[in-house]
Amino acid sequence: MQLFTTILLDGLVYASYLFIVSAGLTIIFGVMKILNVAHGGFYAWGAYTAAYFIGSASEMGFPDWFGFIIIAFTALGVGIVLGLLIERIVLRRLYDHEEILIVLATFGIFLILEDLILLIFGVNPYFAYQPMVALGNVEVGGIFRDVYSLTLLAAALTVAVGSWWVLTQTRWGKLIAAVIHDREMALTVGINVRRLFVVTFCSGAVLGALGGAYIAPTVSVAPGFAVDVIVLSFAVVVIGGMGSIPGALIGALLVGIMRALAVHKMPELELFVIFLVMSAVLIVRPEGLFAPAKARKI
Amino acid sequence: MLGATLSDKTVRLVIIALLALAASGFFLPAWVVNNLMFGLARGAAVLGLLVLWRTGLMSFGHGLYFGVGAYSVALAEQWLGLSDFAIRILIALLAAAVVSVFLGFILRRYRDIFFAMLSLAFSMVLYGILVKTEALGSTDGFSVSQTSFFGWVPEDKLPLFVACVGVCLVLAVLVQMYLRSTLGRLTTAIRDNEIRVEYLGFSVSLAIHIKYVISAALAGAAGGMMAMALGQVDPDSMVYWTVSGELVFITIMAGPGSVLAPFIGAIIFEFLRTYAFEIAPHAWQLIVGATLLLIIFFLPGGIWSLLERIPFIRRLRHE
Repeated sequence: MQLFTTILLDGLVYASYLFIVSAGLTIIFGVMKILNVAHGGFYAWGAYTAAYFIGSASEMGFPDWFGFIIIAFTALGVGIVLGLLIERIVLRRLYDHEEILIVLATFGIFLILEDLILLIFGVNPYFAYQPMVALGNVEVGGIFRDVYSLTLLAAALTVAVGSWWVLTQTRWGKLIAAVIHDREMALTVGINVRRLFVVTFCSGAVLGALGGAYIAPTVSVAPGFAVDVIVLSFAVVVIGGMGSIPGALIGALLVGIMRALAVHKMPELELFVIFLVMSAVLIVRPEGLFAPAKARKI
Repeated sequence: MLGATLSDKTVRLVIIALLALAASGFFLPAWVVNNLMFGLARGAAVLGLLVLWRTGLMSFGHGLYFGVGAYSVALAEQWLGLSDFAIRILIALLAAAVVSVFLGFILRRYRDIFFAMLSLAFSMVLYGILVKTEALGSTDGFSVSQTSFFGWVPEDKLPLFVACVGVCLVLAVLVQMYLRSTLGRLTTAIRDNEIRVEYLGFSVSLAIHIKYVISAALAGAAGGMMAMALGQVDPDSMVYWTVSGELVFITIMAGPGSVLAPFIGAIIFEFLRTYAFEIAPHAWQLIVGATLLLIIFFLPGGIWSLLERIPFIRRLRHE
């Protein structure tokens, strides 16, 4: 029973952080049809910046809860700055290129962002455990768990509800739905698709950075730690269906729980299980579990 | 058949270029020959990606076949004690081809990003298996002993280099023949419009399946050569997604223009890396990333399109 609770909690915590990162990835894909490999770079930049500022804030004597404010502002700052730069300098010139070439361009950006981190932050790991220590531990169903990880669940829930609200209840959401459905038609009826792209890309980037910034206090932020995350969040997005937020939620839950199960029961199968699930889903439903059907153009 | 093959000007160019490369091995220092050998091995895998890329498909998981080729060389030695060059190449090529025949049934239904991502997933499944299985060497992998040639074990790596050049020459000529055949000419047609190809009476999925197997066999042979050149196989340097990423990068850098382009691209890549690690050890990814962006922006045809400014190479295009 205790093992079950542990697996469930681990799985949920892992799923919530995967969801935050994947939601950004899937929103960018849904609207812009760009599989953004540079997302891993947003994640890493979010984590490094948050870890750096939390560390220096604590040295300057700020209270530990201040870390949460830093995390929020880091995500916004990193996401908007990187998002704007990359959209303006690179993606804008490539919108009429083949999808695969755009993927490769974002791969190039990812490599550049990774090395810039090494050049700016150095090779030593950063630790920013203050917010985690400040919240302490709590007993859930007979096991102790740090409260900070549990706030991650709340953060993921906020992202899920927030994105649902924006996409279904606001004018922006309706514009986005129109662009997803048919980009050319949306352009014809006077929707400013370019502006929508900028907003979408920046929001996606903010979510990627938020994932990194939020996870920073629980891990040692070291070079190369973003690589696994891209591959995993791709698996999540592909399983759920590219471009679907509910899909990302289900995908994240599936991958999170499967991984926790594998880690506790058969640690040797960790990576294997996730990609096996992804392959299985793709074989049965090529577009992913929740992706809308597409018309075949002749 | 042979006459028709030799009348193809690209084939003649490939033969001349690679024979010159083999001859240069006798004059160059050992580390250069070693780098050239890595370049040739990677070039053969990139040739496999070129076969797919010509039809608009890109695999982000060709490390799978690179790894299958490399590991079959290592395992043939571990289990059966085989270390002859010809046997090693054949085993590597066939092992990759067999795996791809099965996976091809699944992959031939996918295009674009889905094809790329599913390939990546399959390669990561193999990576996961290799890393966690003690019998397959786990994270350490195996060392691969000196390659013998019909019982003769050479002192240095020069004979291996010459043999690798020979293999690459045969592979490049075969691929050129394939691309000029009816089946190969469907390549561009499928990229432009699949439904029209179906109306012409060809099976698109069969054509893509064959293409996929050819591509995998090339990557398998490439992995085999890499294992022999490196003398070592392990999951991180043979199967991990960064390996596949490098192959994709070289494909774009070299350009799809010719069967010779992958080898030129791969050799440039090897030397670029050697010097980059010496001059700016922390900026290697930065260089790769920036090069990738610059090529996509300013040189969509890759390095080969620069070579095409030379008149006699440009004429090959209309062959």
